[in-house]
Amino acid sequence: MIFDEEFETMPRLALESLQLHRLQKQIANVYLKVPYYAAKMDAAGVHPSDIKTLGDVNRLPFTTKEDLRKNYPFGLFTVPMEEVVRIHASSGTTGQPTVVGYTKADIKMWAGLMARSLSAAGAHPNDIVHNAYGYGLFTGGLGAHYGAEELGATVIPISGGNTKKQIQIMRDFGSSVLLCTPSYALNMAEVMEDQGVDLKELKLRVGIFGAEPWSEAMRIEIEKKLGIKAIDIYGLSEVMGPGVAIECAEEQKGLHIMEDHFLAEIVDPDSFEPLPLGEKGELVFTTLTKEAFPVIRYRTKDFSRLITDECSCGRSFYRMEKVTGRSDDMMIIRGVNVFPSQIEEVLIGIDGVEPHYMIIVDRKGTLDTLEVQVEVSDNLFSDEIKNLEATTMLIQKEIKERLGVSCKASLVEPRTIQRSEGKAQRVIDKRKF
Amino acid sequence: MKVEQIAIFLENKSGRLADITSILAGHGINIRAMSLADTADFGILRIIVNDTDNAKQILRDNGFTVGTTEVLVVEVQDKPGGLAEVLQIIKDGDLNIEYMYAFTQKSGDTGLIIFRFDEIDDAVNVLMKAGVRLLSGEEVYSI
Repeated sequence: MIFDEEFETMPRLALESLQLHRLQKQIANVYLKVPYYAAKMDAAGVHPSDIKTLGDVNRLPFTTKEDLRKNYPFGLFTVPMEEVVRIHASSGTTGQPTVVGYTKADIKMWAGLMARSLSAAGAHPNDIVHNAYGYGLFTGGLGAHYGAEELGATVIPISGGNTKKQIQIMRDFGSSVLLCTPSYALNMAEVMEDQGVDLKELKLRVGIFGAEPWSEAMRIEIEKKLGIKAIDIYGLSEVMGPGVAIECAEEQKGLHIMEDHFLAEIVDPDSFEPLPLGEKGELVFTTLTKEAFPVIRYRTKDFSRLITDECSCGRSFYRMEKVTGRSDDMMIIRGVNVFPSQIEEVLIGIDGVEPHYMIIVDRKGTLDTLEVQVEVSDNLFSDEIKNLEATTMLIQKEIKERLGVSCKASLVEPRTIQRSEGKAQRVIDKRKF
Repeated sequence: MKVEQIAIFLENKSGRLADITSILAGHGINIRAMSLADTADFGILRIIVNDTDNAKQILRDNGFTVGTTEVLVVEVQDKPGGLAEVLQIIKDGDLNIEYMYAFTQKSGDTGLIIFRFDEIDDAVNVLMKAGVRLLSGEEVYSI
């Protein structure tokens, strides 16, 4: 179902004219209200009045996480604090957290976009939405919560963690839509299996998973293990939070970007030059309507490409290809770019290999080493050494063939790789640069 | 004629063997025979116990990966040439041994060898025809 027919199916011409109008207004406002942005634009020799077409957006300077940190905590807000009704922040595992703010209108807009997303994924107002995204500074929990309420569904604000209780509530309350990270969904499926939960006891129908990149192979795994349709959702706190883009249940092929609120570009990750439509590069977003914390050409570090083909669901919004990696996650192993999701894709493709893995990167002398640890499931296990060694050799061979990098595959005991209750930690990089 | 053996996956970490034996001991399970195969990275512990089903469940509950395999327990004369005689029969019968290990009985003049064959049914035929005594599961579990 299309929640917001007027905008979601708007003809491209009208949509682009709306985008331009909103962009011009946004840039003028930001220039006026935020000295930091004004100084950056002046330095780049561009004035808000130079934005005459949508294409002119590439004359504007980029915004990066660095800019956000320099203005920590509230330096890039465009409204006085009395108008800010909510603060969220990134976890800040790689440095100072990045802080974002919302006005009342921002929260309402976000709830609307999340309601659109839920609806696109196949949720209805009579659904029971099991929201296992973390509540707190992380945008996932509250973002999804307000959206589900806006849709008119019943929300269970269970947040992350305590998996056994999650499953009990799922069963007792009849949860029909699950929201969490894909890695946590797999963790839940595993605990259900242990407890001997029959999927028929559950009413789960749809899962909406995001906050970390996940592969197509992982989707198949989740859909099979939970007996649901698994939908990818995209968002980041700097731009808004979850609901920036969503897959439609009809196609599950690319995520429709809420283009009436966000202008997407793809740029070359090295030269930062704009790439032609359809080419793969780094996603860059400009918010068109946000009040408290607009961002101009924010570099997401996520890799994707835009799909401009018409979609059978009827939405006119362009789609972004499922994000398969972030430049943050990218490992350079002996000069080869490797994303954890590529390794995941290989592992899931091998019979009997469970999608619980850990990647360990180290450096011996001057040589990078890549180790992939995989848990030995009952399906994989054999009483003969040669069979187990054949499995590790197969993993090594497949990774070498598909990724062009040699690795050492190790088998570890079951349940020894840490299970995720939020964003999964898949990589340990021990190298010191 | 076939005897059930439990195989357990072990990472090469100190104390894992002690963990397994104490878990089994805690549930009153007696190990009849054991062997450990290892590589640089991992090991496979193979054991025959007095209560296979129970032992399997207990180990699983404790988070181990466990499998079961059928093996043959062959009686050999405890004297020079006892084993050679059996191996000659196996060779003549064109049977392939995946692995084997030995253990002794509490008393008597015979030793016991555990064989894991590719084709266990063929092995039973060949050995029985040659008059080699194979111990039944019951006999082994209650040694």
